[in-house]
Amino acid sequence: MFVTELLQTTPDPAAETALTLPDYDPETQAALFRYLLRLGDSVLILGQRTSEWCGHAPVLEEEMALANFGLDLIGQARMLLTYAGALEGKGRDEDTLAFLRYEHEYRNVTMTELPNGDFARTMVRHFLFASWMVLLWARLQSSADPHLAAIAGKAVKEARYHQRHAGGWVVRLGDGTALSHDKTQAALDDLWPYTAEWFESDEDDARLAQAGIAPHPGELAAPWRETVTPTLAEAQLRMPPESPFRSHGRWGRHSEHMGHLLPEMQYLQRAYPGGKW
Amino acid sequence: MTAPDAIHAVLATVPDPEIPNLSIVDLGMVHRVTVAENGAPLVELLPTYSGCPATEAIAAATRRALAQAGYPDAVVRFVLTPAWSSDRITAEGRAKLEAAGIAPPACCGTPSDAARATAAPLTYHPTIPCPRCGSRNTEPLSEFSSTACKALLRCRACGEPFEYFKPI
Ligand SMILES: [Zn+2]
Repeated sequence: MFVTELLQTTPDPAAETALTLPDYDPETQAALFRYLLRLGDSVLILGQRTSEWCGHAPVLEEEMALANFGLDLIGQARMLLTYAGALEGKGRDEDTLAFLRYEHEYRNVTMTELPNGDFARTMVRHFLFASWMVLLWARLQSSADPHLAAIAGKAVKEARYHQRHAGGWVVRLGDGTALSHDKTQAALDDLWPYTAEWFESDEDDARLAQAGIAPHPGELAAPWRETVTPTLAEAQLRMPPESPFRSHGRWGRHSEHMGHLLPEMQYLQRAYPGGKW
Repeated sequence: MTAPDAIHAVLATVPDPEIPNLSIVDLGMVHRVTVAENGAPLVELLPTYSGCPATEAIAAATRRALAQAGYPDAVVRFVLTPAWSSDRITAEGRAKLEAAGIAPPACCGTPSDAARATAAPLTYHPTIPCPRCGSRNTEPLSEFSSTACKALLRCRACGEPFEYFKPI
């Protein structure tokens, strides 16, 4: 709730750090709101998936690691959704946005909502996603939107730890036993087609790129491939071929798994509306 | 003492809930203290990790400590810029970490600092000295330990595991 507090506190005119809502034209404001949902929902839903590992991880150290992945992601989601709600100006806070929307209103990339599967699949997904987020957060640090830049400045550091930890497992499992290799390769083959969505774009993306608020998604495709290639090679994994498959979570069209994830995530707020810790 | 100094003295008594021998001042979480026009102190704090579950407990503890010290109208808020970094931990804070058996973050002018907050992959600090025996013959066990901000390492010389406050 701390960003809400920040936005609601009377700004001190002398405070260069007190972020007030930027003055955007209505189209840019609406595009940024939707962009914040795309980003915020992606980290929220992956955080939710990651937290499903609590009590089920293969060893205690990975239990801690996965719980900490989830905490970082949900912390990032809180900042992004709080800002989205403030920007929208309709009184929706982070909890309203996180827990009281319908499936088609979520804008997370589809890969984040897919079931965890086994440990190899979870780590492959986390490595691919964190590698993308490191690049995206690094670019967003210099966003023309000061608040998004500030969130990115924190999140990039966290994402780098995620990338390294998950990447380490991709190498160990891929270059491990025949069984772990096969499971890791199968996970990569399954998940790879869902990465294409990350680099697709629409008018919102063009508008925000034009305004210097966010990089054009397609610009990250080549750097992302360059980032993941050495790790996949070290892991003795074959990079899957291009596929015509496209997922559309960023446009609110989700896989069949989203409908099962939401009731569990939303249960408390649906059963006890307005409940607070 | 001027008002900001007096307030700093109060803040130096607010412990981090997860590493209680360090205060929020030791951790470098206090961005600045000013006085609002109505005379109420304005304390701006920097959150450490986005998902740190202690963030709200810290704000509440800070408000409580200030109220008890005679500043019931103090405003405590978190700001996101500048982003908190483990480089902000004070020399006293680093000494207190070490006294608690936690290796302080490799810091200040190491090559990894320059690479920080870029998209470049992280590399391991090769030799984090053991806080118990000082040996540099240590190895990483786990990237995350009891809290998100610490990793678990083991000393090959004395055989003891120890926590390492990660540079971030
Ligand atoms: Zn030792």
